[in-house]
Amino acid sequence: MAYALQQLINGISLGMIYGLIAVGYTMVYGIIGMINFAHGDVFMIGAFVALIALLLLQLGGVMDGTAAILLMLLASVAVTALYGWTVERVAYRPLRGSFRLAPLISAIGLSIVLQNYVQVSQGARVKPVEAVLRGGVEVFREGDFAVQLSYMQMLIIGTTLAALAAFTILVTRTPLGRAMRACEQDRKMAALLGIDTDRTISLTFVIGAALAAVAGTMYLLRYGVIDFYIGFLAGVKAFTAAVLGGIGSLPGAVLGGLLIGLIETFWSAYFSVQYKDVAAFSILVLTLIFLPTGLLGRQEVEKV
Amino acid sequence: MRDGDRPRRDMILEVAGLTMRFGGLVAVDTVSFTAMRGEITALIGPNGAGKTTVFNCITGFYRPSDGAIRLHVPGALPVELHALAGHNIARAGVARSFQNIRLFPGMTALENLLIAQHNTLMAASGWGIGAVLGLSRYPRAEREAIEKARRWLDATRLLERADDPAGSLPYGAQRRLEIARAMCTEPSLLCLDEPAAGLNPRESDELARLLLEIRAGGTSILLIEHDMGVVMRISDRVVVLDHGKLIAADAPAAVRADPRVIAAYLGVDDPEETAA
Repeated sequence: MAYALQQLINGISLGMIYGLIAVGYTMVYGIIGMINFAHGDVFMIGAFVALIALLLLQLGGVMDGTAAILLMLLASVAVTALYGWTVERVAYRPLRGSFRLAPLISAIGLSIVLQNYVQVSQGARVKPVEAVLRGGVEVFREGDFAVQLSYMQMLIIGTTLAALAAFTILVTRTPLGRAMRACEQDRKMAALLGIDTDRTISLTFVIGAALAAVAGTMYLLRYGVIDFYIGFLAGVKAFTAAVLGGIGSLPGAVLGGLLIGLIETFWSAYFSVQYKDVAAFSILVLTLIFLPTGLLGRQEVEKV
Repeated sequence: MRDGDRPRRDMILEVAGLTMRFGGLVAVDTVSFTAMRGEITALIGPNGAGKTTVFNCITGFYRPSDGAIRLHVPGALPVELHALAGHNIARAGVARSFQNIRLFPGMTALENLLIAQHNTLMAASGWGIGAVLGLSRYPRAEREAIEKARRWLDATRLLERADDPAGSLPYGAQRRLEIARAMCTEPSLLCLDEPAAGLNPRESDELARLLLEIRAGGTSILLIEHDMGVVMRISDRVVVLDHGKLIAADAPAAVRADPRVIAAYLGVDDPEETAA
């Protein structure tokens, strides 16, 4: 019981990170009908920017955990958002109106470019960091086993919820969010009403990248090790989460992320750690076969 | 009266030598006409005459193969619509509706009207950032936008349906909402593609009244319509196309009597039938 509760806490904090990345996939899919395969690497960039910011802060003598984390987040979001904008500009916009596969290929190309760029500029070695936030609270005790909720996990869950809340307000309450939804439903019509659709698409990438940056920072803080390759696996898992939740659905992305995080954690806890990725990807295959629209996805209706 | 004889200051839209080719097919063949400020101009013609193609060129859906489309603005140089991107045509003051309704079905009626006021709202909200932070300038802009939307919902009798998804409204209501949405962009020229299609006689009457109200409010209207009752009743001028060519442009009564127009609609009289 206590063991399961601990896994639940671990799974939720991991799932939140996947959920944040999955939102980026699902948003871009909603607006341009494409999977942004460079999104996982944008997440990786976010983790690296956070790492660089942390090292600079430590050099500058900022030792307070909370302040350091806040500044890391800000730096990572700002720089990574710029990367998101660039990805759209370089890999997608020139190919808009081209055949459907073209931007997909260019995004995969860009993903490889980003990985190699980080590998060359930052080195291929795994980068460890010391824990910024230690300790936690004991939630529950059963015999010898104490269920821990670490401050780090609280931070991840809290930050993720805050980011998702801000994002939800943005999409449902602001003119930019309305424009994004309008472009999603009928891009040509949105343009006819005076919405600059190119800019709206750019901003969608920027927002997705900002959320990925939050995820990257949380990943760095939680696991303490990153390398140039983390974007691939995390990206594919978040993509799985987006598909499981129903691609195009924002609440679905968060739900899918949580489920993938939980499945992965429980699988590792009760079966075998080696096969946790197999478990996650089996879900992708099963979803695609039996529930192609995902848990909260809409049925695609062919327009006549 | 020839189009060229009209004084230029009255003009709102000038279509000059417009040609649109699709491969070998000439859908619109050197068509020239003008629409006057403060008037309702109807564009009519048998099916396949090229009316919607002309509309698509005016609103930036198609780039014309040849010719020019100019929107005249008082006290400024005319805007060359044929060279503008879609969203800039809207910003220049042209709004349109579609033959097949193109609302945002998943958004509420009110949201559809707010989307049309995107540019003003976006500027007031500091590109969305101010809106998230709840800055002071934005709530006022949004209140004004909602107020304007409410006026048009009221004018189109949709006020009670403001919070319903646009896709769930009945057909006639969706047609009216499309016009309300177009009007929320504050256009100087409103282009309507068959607004009366599928409406019952009572709804058509109501539509005619709405269009006259819009004209009275100072917006010029360019209208494609098959319902001749509506066209003859409200139009100030009628432009007739047939097989991509302009065959008449005159007051409704004169157009109705024009033998070329009658021939286009009813077919050229068969000599044998005439004899009989």
